[in-house]
Amino acid sequence: MTQTNDSVKKATRTAYGEALVGLSEKNEKIVVLDADLSHATMTYDFSKKYGDRFFNMGIAEANMICMAAGLSAMGYIPFVSTFAIFGAGRAYEQIRNSVAYPHTNVKIALTHSGVTIGEDGGSHASIEDIALMRVIPGMTIICPSDALQTRKAIQAAAEFSGPCYIRLARMASPILKEMPFEIGRANILAEGEDVVIIACGLMVHIALKARELLRQKNIHSAVVDMHTIKPVDKVMIRRLAERFSKIVTLEEHSIIGGLGDAVRDELPENIKIKKLGVTDVFGQSGKPEHLLQHYRLDAVSVMQDIMEAMFQNF
Amino acid sequence: MDILQLQRKAAELRADVLTMITNAGSGHPGGSLSMMEIIVALFYRQMKIDPENPSAEGRDRFVLSKGHAAPALYAVLADKGFIDKREIENFRQLGSCLQGHPDKKKTPGIDASTGSLGQGVAIAGGMALGAKRSGNDCQIYTVVGDGELQEGLVWEAAMAAVHYKLDNLTVIVDNNGLQIDGRNDEVMSLGSIPEKYRAFGFKVFEIDGHDFEQILGALAAVVFNKPKCIVAHTVKGKGVSFMEDKVEWHGKSPSSEQLQQALKELIRDTDK
Repeated sequence: MTQTNDSVKKATRTAYGEALVGLSEKNEKIVVLDADLSHATMTYDFSKKYGDRFFNMGIAEANMICMAAGLSAMGYIPFVSTFAIFGAGRAYEQIRNSVAYPHTNVKIALTHSGVTIGEDGGSHASIEDIALMRVIPGMTIICPSDALQTRKAIQAAAEFSGPCYIRLARMASPILKEMPFEIGRANILAEGEDVVIIACGLMVHIALKARELLRQKNIHSAVVDMHTIKPVDKVMIRRLAERFSKIVTLEEHSIIGGLGDAVRDELPENIKIKKLGVTDVFGQSGKPEHLLQHYRLDAVSVMQDIMEAMFQNF
Repeated sequence: MDILQLQRKAAELRADVLTMITNAGSGHPGGSLSMMEIIVALFYRQMKIDPENPSAEGRDRFVLSKGHAAPALYAVLADKGFIDKREIENFRQLGSCLQGHPDKKKTPGIDASTGSLGQGVAIAGGMALGAKRSGNDCQIYTVVGDGELQEGLVWEAAMAAVHYKLDNLTVIVDNNGLQIDGRNDEVMSLGSIPEKYRAFGFKVFEIDGHDFEQILGALAAVVFNKPKCIVAHTVKGKGVSFMEDKVEWHGKSPSSEQLQQALKELIRDTDK
């Protein structure tokens, strides 16, 4: 059973741009704000089609976040976009105090997350954004695994009232098989009995590839797409803990404070967990695929690290 | 309300502010007193608001960007009937709807949660943009502290307000010249506030922030295609002799003896 079709690739940021245009035909309350990166965050098409609902705020992220809070106070559903490092990072406290503290209906869709931002390098590669958003009370966090899911996630984000962070990627990635999407409800993409890999975002297709490699070594792994990191799917995690004594998490983010910790927080203490991700180091320049290899986030490295962990009986 | 009634109201609410802060044992008297005439002019004369219907769509919006001056806002909201007057006794206490800084989730009549300096002016800008976009002819008012102008975000917000021609936005600077650590210009020189706002493209009015006629005149002035900035020259701790222009009254509570003395002075003002 092949789970990914590498011939059809699309970046989640591209799907985001398309989703905005599609949704906004029906929902006139949607407005979009960008900080001079609309060609990269893919809000550009929206700006051309719905110019009167698009606000370029210039290179001023803090103001963009607060003005989005003001727009939401007037009944709009603002989608705010820039790179993850400048949104979740630079404008962190504006998100915390002006968006989340009053529980406004602002959707923060940030692109270029993780090390696969590529050549721009470590200054731009956000490996902390999930952790930063996770500690904010009442923040919903979604990290879609492919273009199809992104479209559904953007629609779901627009349909509920409250602050939401959507983590999107620059790199094109395979379209996975279509699954239902519900915020807070993880999907089992593949079954297995030896180990389960819980992944989010770009790492879901890597997990599926690693699964194939593991199978060749006679290790049968299940793969779970934990697209919602907050509220995390506690029911699914507890069910997995009943079935598996070994749980691996995989994320293109620091292993501190991200998906791995969100999963671990819900696990009984006797269940062993191996957190794979960026190991407390910054990103750097390079081609995305080379960076994935360097940070051991490609399918071969993931397979090897899981094998090693299982051998050590983690 | 005529000018004399407004003056009496300001004195009466100053007394409420100081009582509230003394009860709580903490709070910010200096900046609450300096903006009292401004907020009274807004809530008793200028703004289109209805305590019976605090979330009416067409109401004018007020954002207290200098959120630490919450006692002044709470005194007004209690007096206008947005909240139960007795609630001001619980200011800053556990479980109270009157938090140390304004919280729109907890207090009827409050349109934006503020307190982290610089953010309120930007939120007000977003409201003004939203109002224009939707054809809501409401006005958005925000009061910002002068020390707060040291936040870069204030100038990001100013740039955007001019770019989007937010002529439904009025930024009022409570220019009392003091901040926690000392005089503004000793801590971090502000230069000319009116010139800065003018350079950004605002229509600027400079007034005595304790003179109701000047405040009301500036608020009533109609401006097209650009936002308005009213630089209100004020005295920190205004109305209480021992607090006026004293930096140490930025953020401390009076003792009960000091409160009594202050109330005597303020009662004299209400009897004028």
